[in-house]
Amino acid sequence: MKYVIWLLVIVLIILHQDNWNWDDDTLVFGFMPITLLYHAGISVAAGVTWFLAIQFAWPTDLDEETPATKSEEGAEA
Amino acid sequence: MTQFIIICCYLASLLGLGIFSSRLFRGTSKDYMLASHSIGPFLLLMSIFGTTMTAFALVGSTGEAFKEGVGVYGMLASSSGIIHSLCFFVLGVKVWSLGHKYGYTTQIQLFRDRLESDKIGVLLFPVLVGLVIPYLLIGVMASGTVISVVTKGAFPGIFEASAGAIPAWLGSLTVCGVVLIYVFFGGMRGTAWANTFQTIVFMILGVVTFYVIATELGKQDGFIDNLRVVSSKIPTDKLTRSHISKVKFFTYFFVPLSVGMFPHLFQHWLTAKSANSFKLAVVAHPLFIMIVWVPCVLVGVWATGMADLPGIDKLPSFLYKGGGSNKLLVFMVGKLTTPMLGGFLTAGILAAIMSSLDSQFLCIGTMFTEDIVVHYGGKDRFSDKQTIIIARLFIIAIVAITYFLSLFDNKTVFTLGVWCFSGFSSLFPLIFAALYWKRLTKAGAYACVIAAAGTWIYLFAQSDFAVNRSYTIDLTIGGEIYELMPVTGMILASTVAMIVVSLLTKPPSEATLAKFFPEKS
Repeated sequence: MKYVIWLLVIVLIILHQDNWNWDDDTLVFGFMPITLLYHAGISVAAGVTWFLAIQFAWPTDLDEETPATKSEEGAEA
Repeated sequence: MTQFIIICCYLASLLGLGIFSSRLFRGTSKDYMLASHSIGPFLLLMSIFGTTMTAFALVGSTGEAFKEGVGVYGMLASSSGIIHSLCFFVLGVKVWSLGHKYGYTTQIQLFRDRLESDKIGVLLFPVLVGLVIPYLLIGVMASGTVISVVTKGAFPGIFEASAGAIPAWLGSLTVCGVVLIYVFFGGMRGTAWANTFQTIVFMILGVVTFYVIATELGKQDGFIDNLRVVSSKIPTDKLTRSHISKVKFFTYFFVPLSVGMFPHLFQHWLTAKSANSFKLAVVAHPLFIMIVWVPCVLVGVWATGMADLPGIDKLPSFLYKGGGSNKLLVFMVGKLTTPMLGGFLTAGILAAIMSSLDSQFLCIGTMFTEDIVVHYGGKDRFSDKQTIIIARLFIIAIVAITYFLSLFDNKTVFTLGVWCFSGFSSLFPLIFAALYWKRLTKAGAYACVIAAAGTWIYLFAQSDFAVNRSYTIDLTIGGEIYELMPVTGMILASTVAMIVVSLLTKPPSEATLAKFFPEKS
């Protein structure tokens, strides 16, 4: 799954270079420039990709809390 | 005058927030600089986002869209959504883990340890501070411009030379003063809270601004109808990227790599309570960028065609000259909204500017005390109280230099930002290799920094010190000219220098490799 996530990131980078929209002046829904809509879509796709990344590729060898936090919680307890 | 009063109230509320957060201050330099590693997911997201979205994002993006069209979003916003989160994920979490384990507060502490080199700090410190100064300059310049434009005519008897507006120098000075005070009172905790508050303010007010400007320009009954009427007047060249070269657009992708080496972001990463605190920032950052940038870019391109709308005057000529496009957003807000709303919207723009300035102020103070004063003076030489005072004095000195430079500079925020970010991007290979490449050596790191700084200075001079806004490295292959952003040359030079020199020199010791690359159990 980790490799699928990195593949998705590479696909996003490739899709970002949208040469096919270069000279397209279409206004989608009559008001949204297609270039802007496409790249807003890239932003949403990036959010989804990073959501998958934290679900399936999050590093597992990390300490979860700082010593400072632990000691504070300990003191409170 | 109404705008002026609202801005004053907003600045006063920030001071109040700083003073309130100082009541939670634990009195230690660690708490002052890293908020005792207590920042959870929401505060981390808001403070990181507020820090990365500067005047560049609001004032700069609107002004650049006005000049270049909608392609600006793809050049920096959508690419940042991919690259920024990549940096948080790949670098931020790892840096937090090492900082947590070995007690780092600054980048230089990490590099000194990883590279087994004390002197790397002497080389990196001036380079990093030197790059933070233009970044600060963006905010200082923009804040003065915003206040000056919005208060035009408010004080005709006092500021005759500036047509009754508070002069830019006074506006910048006031904003610097307010940020300094709340950073001094609240330290990193105050900064994180102020950033969160200001990020909420500028995101909400940004959306309101967009709605109001569309309504005022379109003059139709429905919001969608307004959008249609206003967008129909955008000139074709601003709807496409026909005037931007494809290779230049592609090489813009290297600019957002700068977040990997921003010293103020590094410090924010270390404030996290746990590694899991990063998750929300990694996912939401691209979406937040979209929420802020899409309206700004649309307002910028609408301005290019607004003179064709019924009942709308032609834009004044100052918006077309030099750094005049920096004034576009505030001009639109002032022209198309009521004084009351204009005041709130201006406060939102100032919020975006100040939420970056505060972190930058704090980080340069931290770097000076930790990497120079405490490192060379000895840990026991200064008390925590003295360390904090030294940090504050250094911050004042750097802010004074930046403020002085802002009085003479009239570059566009966008151009200055791109040069500044390019410098940080050229150091990206260093942090990446330090964390993931065992073979990186001390000499390789020196070569990387020298190559990055050398190419940056050379290319910056070639661009007439950013006077030539559209400067590119032109590569001719088979009779075809390919325009590359200067950052491409910088990253290439620093990466090649780092790899070649590292491979030719002695690898790091086993102890260092064991410390930074432990065997996975």
